[in-house]
Amino acid sequence: MSAISTPTPDNQTQRMIDDMIAAEARYLSQRATEEECACKDGMFPSRTPANRRNFLFAAGSSAGAAAATLLAGSAIAQQTPAGAKNFDVPADPTKEQGRAVAADGGYGTRSQFETEARMRFPTANENTSWSFTPLDKTLGNLTPSGLHFERHHGGIPTIDPAKHLLFVHGMVDGPHKYTMADLKRFPSVTRKYFIECSGNGLTEWNKPTLKTVQGTHGLLSTSEWTGVQFSTIAREVGLKDGGAWVLAEGADAAVMTRSIPMEKMLKDAILAYGQNGEAIRPEQGYPLRLLLPGYEGNTHIKWLRRLEVSDKPFMTREETSKYTDLLANGKARQFSFDMEAKSVITFPSGEMKLPGPGFYNISGLAWSGRGRVQSVDVSTDGGTTWVPARIESVPEPICTVRFSLPWMWNGQAAVLQSRCTDETGYIQPTLKQLIAIRGSNGPFGSIYHLNAIQSWGVAADGSVTNVHA
Amino acid sequence: MFTHKLIHAAALIGAIAFTQAASSQVARFGFGSTATPEELSKFFSIPPDGRGLPPGSGNATKGAQIYAGACAACHGDKLEGNPAKGIGGDKLLGGRDTLASKAPVKTVESYWPYATTLFDYVKRAMPFNAPGSLSDDDVYSVVAYILSEAKIIKPSETIDAKSLPKVAMPNKDGFESDPRPELQLYH
Repeated sequence: MSAISTPTPDNQTQRMIDDMIAAEARYLSQRATEEECACKDGMFPSRTPANRRNFLFAAGSSAGAAAATLLAGSAIAQQTPAGAKNFDVPADPTKEQGRAVAADGGYGTRSQFETEARMRFPTANENTSWSFTPLDKTLGNLTPSGLHFERHHGGIPTIDPAKHLLFVHGMVDGPHKYTMADLKRFPSVTRKYFIECSGNGLTEWNKPTLKTVQGTHGLLSTSEWTGVQFSTIAREVGLKDGGAWVLAEGADAAVMTRSIPMEKMLKDAILAYGQNGEAIRPEQGYPLRLLLPGYEGNTHIKWLRRLEVSDKPFMTREETSKYTDLLANGKARQFSFDMEAKSVITFPSGEMKLPGPGFYNISGLAWSGRGRVQSVDVSTDGGTTWVPARIESVPEPICTVRFSLPWMWNGQAAVLQSRCTDETGYIQPTLKQLIAIRGSNGPFGSIYHLNAIQSWGVAADGSVTNVHA
Repeated sequence: MFTHKLIHAAALIGAIAFTQAASSQVARFGFGSTATPEELSKFFSIPPDGRGLPPGSGNATKGAQIYAGACAACHGDKLEGNPAKGIGGDKLLGGRDTLASKAPVKTVESYWPYATTLFDYVKRAMPFNAPGSLSDDDVYSVVAYILSEAKIIKPSETIDAKSLPKVAMPNKDGFESDPRPELQLYH
């Protein structure tokens, strides 16, 4: 055994945590300035449009190069928020004509006053990194395509759909290739599903680390997906006996590969080309991605170019050295595909501030990779008592639901929690329960599949923080 | 009633037409085209039994040279990794006997269960700035170098399609299949 095998702390991992905390702090300080608000009241922004716009222009010219790099995509670093265009604001919009119809070239932009943006995890390398959906700012149930979280291992490729091919081969009767036009001729399905990265919340195993729900839960997004079922393609190529696994391969620089059980592929896998009514965004796998409802995000191979049917899994790098869950006893769980029932309160959540005692509509998201959300309970006393929440959207299989609970805050310290029960009867566990099973080794514990109940502490002054309770 | 019958008849005719248009055995849409062996030959994915490993071979001596030119900038001269901004290359060595400790260090040496995965990944996605640019001989050599530096093989060993699947990685028995849902949560 070599000298190098002496146990040493994983400094690289600790550095990553420290960088993340620092990056989030910078992101928050920028955002607070943006909202021109003395308090941290994310929920009641005092917006004065004209001033705000002027401020953004000023910020655009003065923002330093460092801020621009760290906050790429954030409104503060540019003249206009990402995805928007700036227009003059008339004193009275009823006294003059507005903009001409379709003057936007036929594809709309969001309002210049909306600044929600993804936040990138400060990995050293910007091509293999991830970004978080701003769950504290999104409304309803679906995630706007431009705010869908990202995880890339070799950047975002630019692919000409006219040249893209999907190969299906291995243990099949007749290996085939399909153009995008071929795939679109097959009968399609359209379904709403969430996708969650199994690393969602990885910083939160041992102590409350990130401040906002964007940081703690933002690797979750929900879209309506359209595409061909794998089962349809399976009939076309003919599956041979013994075909038990399917390798999916992407056309990015990582040539990402994962082995998927055939049972799952035939149950509900979709070769998706549509997202929220239009073609899938490049960051989400344009022109084609694999959709595996309820499985960890990494398996939903983007830029899908190949499916190889096999009798055994291939043991790719991602499914051995990366997306496996190392337990306290030194053994690691493999093929831990399911994203289990989980929920989080998005309002109020970390870094917000309640202006004073009174009525608040607690709101959040709940989801399960094993089926429909059956019910959601909310506690305002750290889990001592629970009240059923109101479900605001129709529960669909493997899709988020928006929940809410009216709450009269009496001005005293409180701990807010939510707890999801899915249709299998599985109840979202506490962090203590999870750590008792999986351990808490290393700065990130067992890293993946943290689906514990989240706690937000509300102090007497109304400030909301990430706590472990 | 009349309308209902008409629709029924139309549906029946449609079904017959579809059956006739389809092949004699199984109804298939028939979109897409046959993938030829030539087209499929550019793809690879190497499972632990080594199926699909290409011809060629390599050794640690050659691998050291290739590593210095193509890998060291990101993974370090001593395979210790490079966390610098814009790089972030993984540490490849060390960490044996740390997996059950309070500070587990996951590397090729300590964590990866199959040597075939190393070949597959290097050929697939490395070096980061020019993915897939190494020849098969070069990949075999780099793999031999990393395994040799990790004291998993001897520096003199030749690595090829026959020998690579036989390499026993230190953590080959370190994995178990996902037991969730965890029964402890149903106490």
